[in-house]
Amino acid sequence: MSIARKTAIVGVGSTPYYKRGRSAPQTLHELVGKAILAAVEDAGLNVEDIDGFASYSGGFDTPYLMETLGIPEVRFSSILTGSGGGSAGAVGLASAAVVSGLADVVVVVGGVQQGEQRFGSVTQSYDSVPENAYWEAAGLIGPGHMFSLLARRHMHRYGTTREHFAEVAISTRTNAMNHPDAIIRKPLTREDYFAAPMIADPLCLFDFCLESDGAIAVIVTSAERAADLRQKPVLVHGCTHGGEAGWGRSLYWMNMPEDQFLTSGHRSVAKDLWRQSGLAPEDMDVAQIYDHFTPMVITQLEDYGFCAPGEGGPFVASGAIRFDGGSIPVNTDGGQLSGGYIWGMSHIREGVAQIRGEAVNQVPDAKYCLVTGGPSSIPMSGLILGV
Amino acid sequence: MTVIAKSPAEELFQLTTDQWTKPWWDAAKARRLTAACCGNCRKFRMPPTPFCPHCRSQELEWPTLSGRGTLFSFTIVNRAIIPEMESCLPYVPALVDLEGAPGARLITNIVQTPIDRIAIGAPVEVVFDERRDGVVVPRFKVV
Repeated sequence: MSIARKTAIVGVGSTPYYKRGRSAPQTLHELVGKAILAAVEDAGLNVEDIDGFASYSGGFDTPYLMETLGIPEVRFSSILTGSGGGSAGAVGLASAAVVSGLADVVVVVGGVQQGEQRFGSVTQSYDSVPENAYWEAAGLIGPGHMFSLLARRHMHRYGTTREHFAEVAISTRTNAMNHPDAIIRKPLTREDYFAAPMIADPLCLFDFCLESDGAIAVIVTSAERAADLRQKPVLVHGCTHGGEAGWGRSLYWMNMPEDQFLTSGHRSVAKDLWRQSGLAPEDMDVAQIYDHFTPMVITQLEDYGFCAPGEGGPFVASGAIRFDGGSIPVNTDGGQLSGGYIWGMSHIREGVAQIRGEAVNQVPDAKYCLVTGGPSSIPMSGLILGV
Repeated sequence: MTVIAKSPAEELFQLTTDQWTKPWWDAAKARRLTAACCGNCRKFRMPPTPFCPHCRSQELEWPTLSGRGTLFSFTIVNRAIIPEMESCLPYVPALVDLEGAPGARLITNIVQTPIDRIAIGAPVEVVFDERRDGVVVPRFKVV
């Protein structure tokens, strides 16, 4: 029994991407509602057809959404544990529900609004609990501080350099420049990169994703039903989530054995995804890799097998992830570094656009797209969309 | 000019403990560096948790460590992302592998050390930072 190729994404809806705080006075549930309504419209369905919800990172209040959107009954209401690592995996919850008959039309939704609490210092807002005392005492205020510890060890062990991080930032910005929905569309040069302030050395301003507001929803239903709907179906070829104990709470733990400390935490998830889908890295035409911080794009490319462990830096420096001529174009919509940070949902949106053949930076004849969730505490997740 | 790594601002952190973590902080208050050691299989783990992940024993011991360690990784925080950070820049969150406690890595800070002397692999030694609220935080300087 497998979920591979039995379900499809049939609709996508998105709000605009706003700079942090600029979506006010809309509420977060309002943004989510707008994304859901746009997704069912795109699919040619009615909102009353939704009978399941799947989300992650704490999710949303299903009955409130039913109440305000007029959804008469749900048969499936689920949230993947953890945080941004679950974005791609939430699609798998939806697929599992559809394949098992628990629901017929499941909406996967994610959204973020950074009004009073900006994500750059989000860890500071967590409740003080005994197991967090160590990183709190050390002044690890935001995720960037934590990931910089991983990045520096990768540099030390493998010779990865800031030039490599710069290539991730610049190639992603290049993709954003002609994308009408991207928040930052001005050119980024190598000189700009190296002139930027260091925020958590070895990470500078351009190694960090944007802080933004917005919501995106996608509709998942069976592959059979998808064939009769308005849009070209985007098949879910596989979707996995999880992780190994040696990665565990990762950023909040930091006791990973070195061979895991140097990864993105995706190793087991990637292996499981290739096994489940029967596909391999070389089958992928394009990839949407969760880019909260540039070094973690490099480690995910290693974990998913696009290059060997430790070779991610030279791999990106070779031009491999460029839209223009790369072997595996990455984050073709400008990603979270330059497009907009919607907690991983923009990667799913762009994956769907690529497989439909409707992307702004369309990879010719793209048949398969890898989409990943963010390296963080378990679970991490991976998704393969395709024709 | 030599820039010295500072301690992060006290306002950034308020200690909470449970019965599994309290002995570690109590030891720090007594100027003693320790790590959680399984009373059954002798393997170390940090932070302290209710069960040993190797043998599931709940017995714990708190051996006195040498106070020395090796710098596994670090970051230099040069920019305040919340106002409370402005008084303490630069500070250096760090990961230290503790001598005599294989498998236990401490999330801590490098302090009292010129920034340009901080490098992965450097030998470090504990210093005990006492806060105004009486909590003592073990941090490290490069030897």
